[in-house]
Amino acid sequence: MNGVHDMGGMDGFGKVEPELNEPMFHAEWEARVLAMVRAMGAAGAFNIDTSRFYREMLPPHIYLSSSYYRKWLLGLEDLLIDKGYVATGEVAAGHALEAAKPLKRGKFRLDDVERIMVRGKFGRPAPAAAKFKAGDHVRAKNIHPATHTRLPRYARGHVGVIERDHGCQVFPDSAATESGENPQWLYTVVFDGAELWGPDADPTVKISIDAFEPYLEAA
Amino acid sequence: MTGHDHDHHHHDHEHSELSETELRVRALETVLTEKGYVDPAALDAIIQAYETKIGPHNGAQVVAKAWSDPAFKRSLLDDATKAVSTLGHVSRVGDHLVAVENTPQRHNMVVCTLCSCYPWEMLGLPPVWYKAAPYRSRAVKDPRGVLTDFGVSLPKDTEIRVWDSTAETRFLVLPMRPEGTDGWSEQQLAELVTRDSMIGTGFPKTPGA
Repeated sequence: MNGVHDMGGMDGFGKVEPELNEPMFHAEWEARVLAMVRAMGAAGAFNIDTSRFYREMLPPHIYLSSSYYRKWLLGLEDLLIDKGYVATGEVAAGHALEAAKPLKRGKFRLDDVERIMVRGKFGRPAPAAAKFKAGDHVRAKNIHPATHTRLPRYARGHVGVIERDHGCQVFPDSAATESGENPQWLYTVVFDGAELWGPDADPTVKISIDAFEPYLEAA
Repeated sequence: MTGHDHDHHHHDHEHSELSETELRVRALETVLTEKGYVDPAALDAIIQAYETKIGPHNGAQVVAKAWSDPAFKRSLLDDATKAVSTLGHVSRVGDHLVAVENTPQRHNMVVCTLCSCYPWEMLGLPPVWYKAAPYRSRAVKDPRGVLTDFGVSLPKDTEIRVWDSTAETRFLVLPMRPEGTDGWSEQQLAELVTRDSMIGTGFPKTPGA
């Protein structure tokens, strides 16, 4: 979706402000939100792409004015309500009001913690041969899916070169809407700065994205 | 979908955004616990694991080893997941880690314009600036300007390669080894490696600095 989360190339957000000796969390609740998102995902309530999609669906003014973990909280609430794990009104009441919906992998327990500290595997067997190889010129398609996609707007319509092939991986555009993993080849595609940003771009800059095969066409 | 249009009205009144958020987080945790979805002790353990097991010290050990051991450096650049998994003392790493090498000709910088993708196991949880709009919007369009915000300047003709982490691939920058470190042990070298030098928004510390 063409949301405000797709920020690459936007102007007006000001300077980057690094914080000296930044703590891991700025408040205790941030850590609780992180832990709840990881636990409910691991228990099978949602996959990582769906959780990203729900943060992207927050209204633009909320997305832009909320802190990072506040966005995680709001996205998590919406997701759990939509999927039927939490009933509307339960958070406001501060208590369970309705029966629980069974989780795919059951309650998240202490002995589940170790497995979630290693990232999941997204590589999958290839359903078909790769269409592209390193060195090929490709154009990022001019597409505007209304749901989750990982093709940033700034790359659409532009020509780059395939640099690496990462094998076949879970396709976020499908996984986010729970339409299956639909594995697709994944490539690093490199663009010249001028191809993306026009003749005034810094000539020393190259930008790469990791693009799934359905995002690309031969150029 | 639930609407959030009411949100910004709340915090003007009796609660700050923080306390409203705090209450809401507690309420959600209570609901998830009462419904039998999560064990609060398991949530505590997740937080503790993040606080103790991951962090830039993991990435720093990998970089220091690459600086000291040419064979390891080759295998790191060839397949970082495999290379890092051979180091027993570094926390286990998931698939899809890619290490990219800075040279006098080329400087690498990593961003996630769409959200906040970051090599957690190598660098810990990302800092706020990495997840915020100024960095995400400008890193791909004006990386030199962004580096200026960090007090970093590169020679005019150095190529800047920005890696937008748009999939599950995670990127670790292998910075250049500082001069004046001949004969240093891996442990000494690791102390020079900063988090930002592994994102590409900084350099390693120099000896004596």
